[in-house]
Amino acid sequence: MAVSDAPSRKPEPPATGRRRIDPKKAAIWAVVSLVAASGWGALALARGERISATWLVAAAVGSYAIGYRFYARFIVKRVLEVDESRATPAERLDNSIDFIPTDRRVLFGHHFAAIAGAGPLVGPVLAAQMGYLPGTIWIIVGAIFAGAVQDMVTLFFSMRRDGKSLGQMAREEIGVVGGIAALVGVFSIMMIILAVLALVVVNALADSPWAAFSVSMTIPIALLMGFYMRTLRPGKVIETTGIGVTLLLAAIIGGGYIEGSRFKDAFTLSPTTLVICLVIYGFIASVLPVWMLLAPRDYLSTFMKVGVIALLAVAVIATGPALQAKAITDFALKGNGPVFAGSLFPFVFITIACGALSGFHSLIASGTTPKMIEKEGQVRLIGYGAMLTESFVAIMALIAACIIDPGLYFAMNSPAGLIGHTVQSASKAVANLGFTITPEQLSAAAKAVKEPTLLSRTGGAPTLAVGMSQIFSHIFGGGSLRAFWYHFAIMFEALFILTTVDAGTRVGRFMLQDTIGNVYKPMRNVSWKPGVVVTSAAVVAAWGYFLYTGVTNPLGGINQLFPLFGIANQLLAAIALAVATTLLIKRGKVKYAWVTGIPLAWDAVVTVTASWQKVFSGAPNLGFFTQRSHYQDALDAGKVLPPAKNLQDMHTVVTNSTVDGVLAAFFAVLVIIIIADGVRVCIRAVRSPTLLPTTEAPHTESLITAPDGLLGGAGEDRRELAGVGGGME
Amino acid sequence: MNVRGAVQGVRWYVREVSGEGDYDRYVARARRQHPGTAVLSRRDFERRKTQAREANPGARCC
Repeated sequence: MAVSDAPSRKPEPPATGRRRIDPKKAAIWAVVSLVAASGWGALALARGERISATWLVAAAVGSYAIGYRFYARFIVKRVLEVDESRATPAERLDNSIDFIPTDRRVLFGHHFAAIAGAGPLVGPVLAAQMGYLPGTIWIIVGAIFAGAVQDMVTLFFSMRRDGKSLGQMAREEIGVVGGIAALVGVFSIMMIILAVLALVVVNALADSPWAAFSVSMTIPIALLMGFYMRTLRPGKVIETTGIGVTLLLAAIIGGGYIEGSRFKDAFTLSPTTLVICLVIYGFIASVLPVWMLLAPRDYLSTFMKVGVIALLAVAVIATGPALQAKAITDFALKGNGPVFAGSLFPFVFITIACGALSGFHSLIASGTTPKMIEKEGQVRLIGYGAMLTESFVAIMALIAACIIDPGLYFAMNSPAGLIGHTVQSASKAVANLGFTITPEQLSAAAKAVKEPTLLSRTGGAPTLAVGMSQIFSHIFGGGSLRAFWYHFAIMFEALFILTTVDAGTRVGRFMLQDTIGNVYKPMRNVSWKPGVVVTSAAVVAAWGYFLYTGVTNPLGGINQLFPLFGIANQLLAAIALAVATTLLIKRGKVKYAWVTGIPLAWDAVVTVTASWQKVFSGAPNLGFFTQRSHYQDALDAGKVLPPAKNLQDMHTVVTNSTVDGVLAAFFAVLVIIIIADGVRVCIRAVRSPTLLPTTEAPHTESLITAPDGLLGGAGEDRRELAGVGGGME
Repeated sequence: MNVRGAVQGVRWYVREVSGEGDYDRYVARARRQHPGTAVLSRRDFERRKTQAREANPGARCC
């Protein structure tokens, strides 16, 4: 092994010449540790009484700071051995198009905007059915030891390979089998993710004229912005976004008047109508030029996303709302929760997904970002730091879900098949779950946010919106603005989910075109019209199918599909961590392979256990195939099992359960193939007397100097950094 | 940091993150590296930039 040249065992390399402990810094870290400890302490000691959300924030922020300062630094210095004398691809290949050395704080903003999506907002809300504690622990610990590590290490390895994609790295470093499995995995995961995200939007907009109106207005607003920037004011992004946001707020306010107007019926859309609208929209967005719809929407949604998340963080810290949810509910142990089936292990980890460990991030960390990093050491701020921020967003979402009345939470998140369609039946069903809410309270909650009903508004977005409206109206506007804030929150989520659907459909289309292009050449040309139309149609058909099954499933689409989404995402994380572990071992870092190896092992156990239960469990609410035979047997006997209402519903359940079960099994097989292939390469690397060849780019001396941290060194000149794009000849 | 510095800092950051400052950097760089050759107009530069996005729309995460 070639580890002899690693830095010596002293805690820090002595070369910096600053080994004395600075008392000021020591004091700061003592305070940070105290904050973290008091947060965790309050969480641990709470016995039944309601605790303030401030403790969650303290535990999270304190732990992040310690993780970032000590663990991430250890990984960067010892495990990855970042080399500041080495020029990054952005410096070497600078072409002002995709390889652009970018200020670390600006790149942090880009990277965070790219990784932050609906996942960390939706997952924790659903996981709140098990109480706030399991979610909180996994979001914080998972991010520090798994998610942020995955993002940073993938970013680093891709950067050392001139920004190669995860799929390319898997193929070149592991082998063809692992590479193909990764490619197939990425594509099928994208389809499931798009379907589930679109389902969240459908559930938020269905039968809500206010929400449907304001969200549909985002399309003309984006088109207007697109043409404005194309023809009148090229490049004026800030000004155009300002106009767009103003119109957006007008659309939200205007939506409030739809309810009482003659347009009410036109915007009261059933879930199936919304599916058709979304599929057509996805197709058109994928075919239209980027400048017209996708780019302006992206500006709008990024602004809203970052702005609202920041606002939520400020509001939570300022008000410190008390958590209403229990620390741990019975569902965590019994696995019979109405939101999603299965017990704490493994389903809390599957459900939270993006807020703690998200495989999807590895696609972004191995795409655009590595081509823009100025200095190697900045992977800590950009890779690790952005993921900690995302984890913090997940904590905010969890808080928003846990401050609402648990009775309301379960009435909103249980499938209609379980709680019925009236406030009376819902109140009774919630009582059976062990929580209390009166029919009057349910009606009042819906009235407060001016929605026809809040029953079975599954998918997380409406719950989050109710929580956010409570927090926001506490500070701004009081009860009179509850409805505005609710629809504001719905708009914010729908907007960036739809942007993900746009971009994801397009990316899926490129993947398909590239793959078919191997067989039929013209397909590879991404602007060849027949190819664009055919592949766009294929991609929207793929996610549209799952979206449709989700909307029509009597058992509840989120209940059935969200676990698949989580499994798919965690599968992608397993691919990224397997590639990272293989690369660490290939570089001769066997003794540090645990850094990615332990998260990989954990993730593999979680994913395979979850898939196993989804495939083989004998409980009909959990195992897809047991569910299938349960309904098939009843169907053969001519019976209708609730929540199905007729024989057609029964057929729907049988078909969906079969497809979902096959998919769960397929994902598990993919994980096993990739890990097995990775292990094969690792064993070869460990046995080999010399280091195995890797595809790392050769060392070139770096001529740029730039700090690594957020704040930078003393006497740093901001203007000098602003010009770094062209200023380093 | 004084107020003016802070405002300038925020302005710089927003321009950089939104990509509005890309053109200024392109012009500065083109003038320095290839003095005497014509630079693209803002309109043409922005068109070229969105054209590049056509092939790489930038994945947004879940």
